[in-house]
Amino acid sequence: MSINVRALREFWCSVGFAERNFMLVKRYAGWEAVFLTYTIVSALTIGLIGVATGDQRLVLYLVIGAVLWGYLSILFHEVSECIAWERWEGTLEYTFMAPVKRFTQLMGNALYAITYGLVRAGVQLLVCALFFGISLAGGNFLTAAVVLVVSSLPFLGMGLACAVLPLLSRERGSQATHIFQALILLVSGVYYDVTVLPSWLQPLSVVSPATYTLRAMRAAVLDGVGLADVTTELWILVVSGVVLIPAGFACFVLGERWAKKTGKLKIEG
Amino acid sequence: MNDKRVTNDDLKGGPAMESAGTLDRVNLDRELELLAADGFYDGKRALRVEGLTKRFPQPEGKRRGFWRRRPRFAALAGVTFAVEKNEIFGLIGMNGSGKSTLIRILSTLLAPDEGEVEVFGVDVTRNPARVRELINRVAVDAAFFKVLSGSENLRYASRLYGLWPQEARGRYNGLLRRIGFEPKRLKDQVKSLSRGERQKVAVVRAFMSTPALLLLDEPTTGLDPRSKREVQRLIRDMRAEAGTTVLLTTHDMEEAERLCDRIGILHEGRLITVGTPAELERRAGGPGEAATMEDVFLKFTGAEWLADENGG
Repeated sequence: MSINVRALREFWCSVGFAERNFMLVKRYAGWEAVFLTYTIVSALTIGLIGVATGDQRLVLYLVIGAVLWGYLSILFHEVSECIAWERWEGTLEYTFMAPVKRFTQLMGNALYAITYGLVRAGVQLLVCALFFGISLAGGNFLTAAVVLVVSSLPFLGMGLACAVLPLLSRERGSQATHIFQALILLVSGVYYDVTVLPSWLQPLSVVSPATYTLRAMRAAVLDGVGLADVTTELWILVVSGVVLIPAGFACFVLGERWAKKTGKLKIEG
Repeated sequence: MNDKRVTNDDLKGGPAMESAGTLDRVNLDRELELLAADGFYDGKRALRVEGLTKRFPQPEGKRRGFWRRRPRFAALAGVTFAVEKNEIFGLIGMNGSGKSTLIRILSTLLAPDEGEVEVFGVDVTRNPARVRELINRVAVDAAFFKVLSGSENLRYASRLYGLWPQEARGRYNGLLRRIGFEPKRLKDQVKSLSRGERQKVAVVRAFMSTPALLLLDEPTTGLDPRSKREVQRLIRDMRAEAGTTVLLTTHDMEEAERLCDRIGILHEGRLITVGTPAELERRAGGPGEAATMEDVFLKFTGAEWLADENGG
């Protein structure tokens, strides 16, 4: 098979994973409506804290945190849970036996997570803007878009690394993923500046990619800064993406090897 | 509905059913030619299993110290056999005898502890990606996204196996008709299909990709006698039309005798004996005594035989 044909086939497969996930979303439409409503209401209640202080800038500060965290956590969650989900459905062995590269499988799930996350974050932002009468006129949306794209990379990498956890432990894998996600929420300054964190927690905020994403996004939307003013944050995000995606994939491959040695892929029988 | 029903005579070697769903022999032959050109495939042997051993921790076993591993048992202990291209090879044995472990190793889902396994000359441990292009499997419990429809599941499978939707649809609709499954039912969610219907869709999903080696792990469990015959017929047709090699595990002795060219009996992880159904029946029967496959199973997996074997 020529390289082009092989690449086309792998792309075709990755689209298959994304398509399958969207078909599942359609089937679980009721739950999707519940999750969307919950995240919108959650963002609104957080924004109302800003309204109570009478500070319109704080409202936007909090809404950016809520919407961006919504997007990043979907990205992380969908990639990290793709294995747990297949284990729950009972299709894990079928997928792992198919002639598809593991990278293709994970990238197909990432493709879905990005598309799905953007749609959900877009709806959340729209509702918040209407609810609070927020004007986004002063924002620099080119910078915001670049930050969004670049910040997706390290989150995909972390998701890939965590996706292996349900392979290592059927019961505790997903739980560990949620704890990791909660820790990022705590240390990254989603709703506050990281300087308010206790000093012993601050080093963790330095290593969390979400810290730089939020800082750059707020600078773009609140202060309308250009790309040149967030170069440091963008570089940190690019480098962490370049490191975390291969590292996350390597973790997954090692975990898969171990699962095959110990028989952890099996559900029963 | 399927207008031509399958009879026992048909299964015993009658002419192949007219092809409504096509099985792609051209692609399979091309794949094998490539393997031969790459120095893997010798033109004859589809599967070589040599000294295969797999151990798991004992479920009830306890560690004897923090750094010590839990005691282990051998699910497979030095299993050796070979299957020729285009052969239907059966594996029978009691529950827990190691059949599914063997199928999982062949499917690249489990790594062996010792021994070698080659599929058309390709080592399952060293080159699992290449092996996956040659195989497909029907497990005893059909794995589907149960809230998706049958056609959505088949569409997803076609993407994984590199088939275009149009081509895949033509294949699976034809194959489904051949086993008496009305394609209209594919619009229903899999969870609303009966166990037998799900199993039929699973069989068609595996056949659709025309694998060089088809691993069937109790494929007719849960099917009514007619459906069972239709699936058995399709397995024979697949061998005849596409040149597929089949490894079949089953608890149905009649099915094993009807379908398999040779049968191996697996007991407590060891391959006890291999032979054609007629040979095994001869070995199991006493002088002037006609044995059935059930007698064969009971003899070779019974305590009496094992005691003889151990010199007891």
